[in-house]
Amino acid sequence: MENEIMVGIGGAAGDGGASTADNLALTSARQGLHVYVYTSYQSLIRGGHSWIRLRLSTQMVNNVSDQVSAMIALNQDSMDRHLQELAPGGLCIYNGDKVKPGKAPEGVQLCPLPVFELAGKDALPIMQNTVGLGALTGLLGLEFASLSSVFEHTFKKKPQVVKANVDAAKAGYDFAVKTYKKISNPLGRTGAKLAMVHGNNMIALGAANAGCKVYCAYPMSPASGVLHWMGAHGPSLGICVRQVEDEIGVANMTIGAAQMGVRAMCATSGGGFALMTEAIGMASIMEIPVVMINVMRGGPSTGLPTKQEQGDLNQAIGASQGDFQRIIMAPASIADCYTSMEEAFNLAEKFQMPVLYLSDLLMSEGHMTLETSFLDREFKIDRGEMVFEDDGKGQSYYRYKDTPSGVSPRAIPGVPNHLYVSATDEHDEDGVTISDVYTDPVVRKRVVDKRERKMQGVLAALPKPKLEGPADADTTIVTYGSTWGVVSEAVERLNKEGIKCNHLSVKFLVPFQEKEVTEILKGKKNIIVVEMNKSGQFARHLRAETGIAATGHVRKYDGEPFEPKHVVNGIQECLKGQKLVETGSVEPGWRTPHPPGPGVLSTSSTH
Amino acid sequence: MATAVAATPRDAKLYKPEVPPDWCPGCGDYGVLTVLQRACGELGIPNEQLMVISGIGCSSNLPGFFKSYGMHSLHGRSLPVATGAKMANHEMTVIACGGDGDGYGIGQGHFIHAMRRNVNLTYIVMDNEIYGLTTGQTSPTSETGMKTKSTPHGNPEGQLNPIALALAAGCGFVARGFSGDINHLKSLYTQAIQYPGFALIDVFSPCVTFNKQNTFGWFKERVYKLEDKGHDAANWNAAMDRSKEWGAQIPIGLFYKNPNPKPSIDAADPALQGQGLAKAKKLGLAAEQRKKLIEEYV
Repeated sequence: MENEIMVGIGGAAGDGGASTADNLALTSARQGLHVYVYTSYQSLIRGGHSWIRLRLSTQMVNNVSDQVSAMIALNQDSMDRHLQELAPGGLCIYNGDKVKPGKAPEGVQLCPLPVFELAGKDALPIMQNTVGLGALTGLLGLEFASLSSVFEHTFKKKPQVVKANVDAAKAGYDFAVKTYKKISNPLGRTGAKLAMVHGNNMIALGAANAGCKVYCAYPMSPASGVLHWMGAHGPSLGICVRQVEDEIGVANMTIGAAQMGVRAMCATSGGGFALMTEAIGMASIMEIPVVMINVMRGGPSTGLPTKQEQGDLNQAIGASQGDFQRIIMAPASIADCYTSMEEAFNLAEKFQMPVLYLSDLLMSEGHMTLETSFLDREFKIDRGEMVFEDDGKGQSYYRYKDTPSGVSPRAIPGVPNHLYVSATDEHDEDGVTISDVYTDPVVRKRVVDKRERKMQGVLAALPKPKLEGPADADTTIVTYGSTWGVVSEAVERLNKEGIKCNHLSVKFLVPFQEKEVTEILKGKKNIIVVEMNKSGQFARHLRAETGIAATGHVRKYDGEPFEPKHVVNGIQECLKGQKLVETGSVEPGWRTPHPPGPGVLSTSSTH
Repeated sequence: MATAVAATPRDAKLYKPEVPPDWCPGCGDYGVLTVLQRACGELGIPNEQLMVISGIGCSSNLPGFFKSYGMHSLHGRSLPVATGAKMANHEMTVIACGGDGDGYGIGQGHFIHAMRRNVNLTYIVMDNEIYGLTTGQTSPTSETGMKTKSTPHGNPEGQLNPIALALAAGCGFVARGFSGDINHLKSLYTQAIQYPGFALIDVFSPCVTFNKQNTFGWFKERVYKLEDKGHDAANWNAAMDRSKEWGAQIPIGLFYKNPNPKPSIDAADPALQGQGLAKAKKLGLAAEQRKKLIEEYV
């Protein structure tokens, strides 16, 4: 992709970097440019270091690229930290009244702004961001009208604030264009109508579009965005939203609602998901359809609350005692977070089981543009076999009737003459419990078989996995979930460099499409699994389900997402014979120093 | 009253399923079940409009012996499950039930928050001061010093006071019954079901097998009715004072009923102003709604 640029905005939490990035992203989106944004931040509300990377492009982008070309340093720390990372031809914008420049790398333009002069002495400190954003808009060749329209939209109820921001931005824009050199390949306008979204609001909007009526949650990063969307929109959309005392309550409340016949959902991250596991088994044995989102972050335990990892696959697979029927799926992109909600609810209801939906911080908190036409679509709603009204057949109604498909028609409570009790104890077709009221090993075996039979139906209903890239390549890269974007780019790059390879992204982890995946991987010389965890959870799962052992592994578990270069290098190393490549984000700018204190060596940042 | 109730009383037998209870002969829970069937009959609630939700334990087997829709959920989780059920269809009468271990031990967190949240449901706790189904260990309401399998040298811990706890947590209807006094208990049930908010009935329901201390006889000697002593159930402070009584004299009856109850959460939730959510025929966003939501991101 030639016509693109990556911009970095660095500052401390509370410096206003996030809103500066939002405004830049919207400015770009409004002139039809695609944007992808990823923020690396620390788990604190003020201070620390926050590094926001925005990739602007004339084509759709699903991940960050390797190198930043233009940056706004909101504080001295960001200047010191990232200046050396800038690509030749790049530029660095900063408040010349406050920030001292470092020595710019070859071909990088330093662009100090006289903020006091441009914004006025009485301006709020935050105005330096607006001046800087105006300057960046000018130097990237973006249209000033797009930026001013963003301010008009954001502050539409406060015309004075609009004017102050537009004036400051214009001053920055004019000064920069007059004083500094624009980048060599300015980004133009495209005709695309774009929405600027993040994965969490795609999950929430997708759920609403799929007919979710009850949403329960306990606040937990990085899943809280779903709760925020639901809290804001639930009342007007007729969605009941409850913030519950803990995730045990969340899962149980969601299941109680679903049992009554609504589509219900909850979302959390790994720690909260751990608390939900007993209830997941309940949904499974009671055959209640629920959609449960786990937005993965770095684990175990509290782990890395604001960092990326794909480390909860084992947890999801083992998320109940006993053999439990469930679907585990992982969307592959922010766009897929939206459309997967359609699939998730339909599968849950058709097969009456929990759907465990693995998003992660990268998708849920990553922002990108999507065409509005892609979002504006009515979802197909398939609720499976349900009984909504007394059909006169109540006498022969058994809630857990043993059927050839294993799916038993589900009467919703309130329907006359179809009464039943659902129990977490094992139960017969009519719901009467085994082990309490009576005991019968023959019935126990039959009802377990009935529930498990549903998994065959799920397998048949799943869309087939698709191989991307040249089909005849003898090297296949296998991934699951959010690594799809960056690995697709890496595979494209490798093919351009003459290394023929293709890419299989697996969306459904349970049930695993063993037959299809085996067919695709059969006879490949190199099978390389790229995933974001230490132990190779997905590679082990692939092997457990298919017997196929990958020949190479590329892993990252340092909290920051893969960049294309990590994947490209990792694959190349594997093709040279290395079995395992553990890659990382090693540029010095990523690391903030260990705080000094009694008994603590401040040099710990060096090992 | 938000609960859907038909005017005509119905026969209590209509709430008896084919499956008979499997509790020990003489268990206090028989009384609790029989009274619930009579109370629902008196209020004339159609079976299909009742959702009875329990946790795990001897007493939590109750939904299996009650003819209605029901869920026999997880240990300690009857209240969040019941809350979800009420949110999904607020037109149904929801009754949660379980034991003292279930509700005051493992489910304690949900207990407090369900009261704070003020969900319109009735919560019946069959309180036998022991863990019965696990064959006799100490429970949160076991008396200090009580010898059980897990405390053979005497329970060293304090005894939980669920009545005081409920009052402190903002519960608008707090009552205690005794399964040895069926008519008194029935009146508490009918009042609780009709109360437009969270209603707690803690019921002394003796375990005849594992609790040799707090027996039917022990309770009979001690319980007295609050209404006989002129207790004003509209007076929260008086209720709190009465809740502290334990020993030779133990009060049963209605401790507190909020004379000016605020709307329950299901009555107040803007999403629950129409028919039950579960009754919606068409799911998903209307085209106009969807367009408007997408516009927010442009």
